[in-house]
Amino acid sequence: MLTWAAILGGGAVGAVCRFTVNWLVERRSGPAPWATFMVNVAGSLVLGLLAGAGAALPGWVGALVGTGFCGALTTYSTFGYETVQLLRSGPGGRGWAVLNVLASLVVGLGAAALGWQLGSLR
Amino acid sequence: MNADGDPVNPPRSVEPHEPDEPDEPPALPGRPGWDVFAVVALGGALGSAGRYGLAVLWPHAATGVPWATLVTNLSGCALIGLLMRLVTTAVAPHRLVRPFLGTGILGGFTTFSTYAVETRGLLAAGRPGVAVGYLLGTLAGALVAVRLGMWAADRVRS
Repeated sequence: MLTWAAILGGGAVGAVCRFTVNWLVERRSGPAPWATFMVNVAGSLVLGLLAGAGAALPGWVGALVGTGFCGALTTYSTFGYETVQLLRSGPGGRGWAVLNVLASLVVGLGAAALGWQLGSLR
Repeated sequence: MNADGDPVNPPRSVEPHEPDEPDEPPALPGRPGWDVFAVVALGGALGSAGRYGLAVLWPHAATGVPWATLVTNLSGCALIGLLMRLVTTAVAPHRLVRPFLGTGILGGFTTFSTYAVETRGLLAAGRPGVAVGYLLGTLAGALVAVRLGMWAADRVRS
């Protein structure tokens, strides 16, 4: 019961944070994939930290911050949709799509690994 | 980055300025209303609960493919393709539909962080083949799923 409440609460806050980052980037006329990249990398770092810390944390922290907040802060659907939109926007867009995919995968995976490393420090 | 559109440094107009004209560029999106934040929060909570429910029903070993996350992300991608195609080409929906379903539910349902941490876990568990297959399989599947969703939206409308 507590786990579900933590996930609902963390998920609500994570989605609102993602929406706010997106709005702030759009307000500065930045490209939308940039906002998605930032939230995905940040969420991967934090979830990596939690995974590295593992059993050192109480279970509700993982549910609230990990499954709830990081899960909802990051998104695959928007990442996929924005990549497809870049691919569809002509030859110039194809380069941006490849850059978006490479940067998200490499930096996202790197952030998860770095977080895991930091989280498992004792 | 488009420096010309940067609201911090608005480009100086060559035409004479009205003295009482507000200095802010007009086309920038204003702060969304509280109701938009509320439906994003509600959708994010529901989407996260759905993702967790699927993960509980479909557990995976540390060395195996995380099927629950894979199915979550691919189905979320198909649904966002469907949704975005409908809301951008069909009759304009209520203004809260896209933030609730797209940003909230589908954004909260799908996850990049779990995908990244699971891939790292597979690498650490000595399963590089599964890790790379999961990493690239999700990516390829997601792009196909978005296109399928968009294609389905066109079928629905015609």
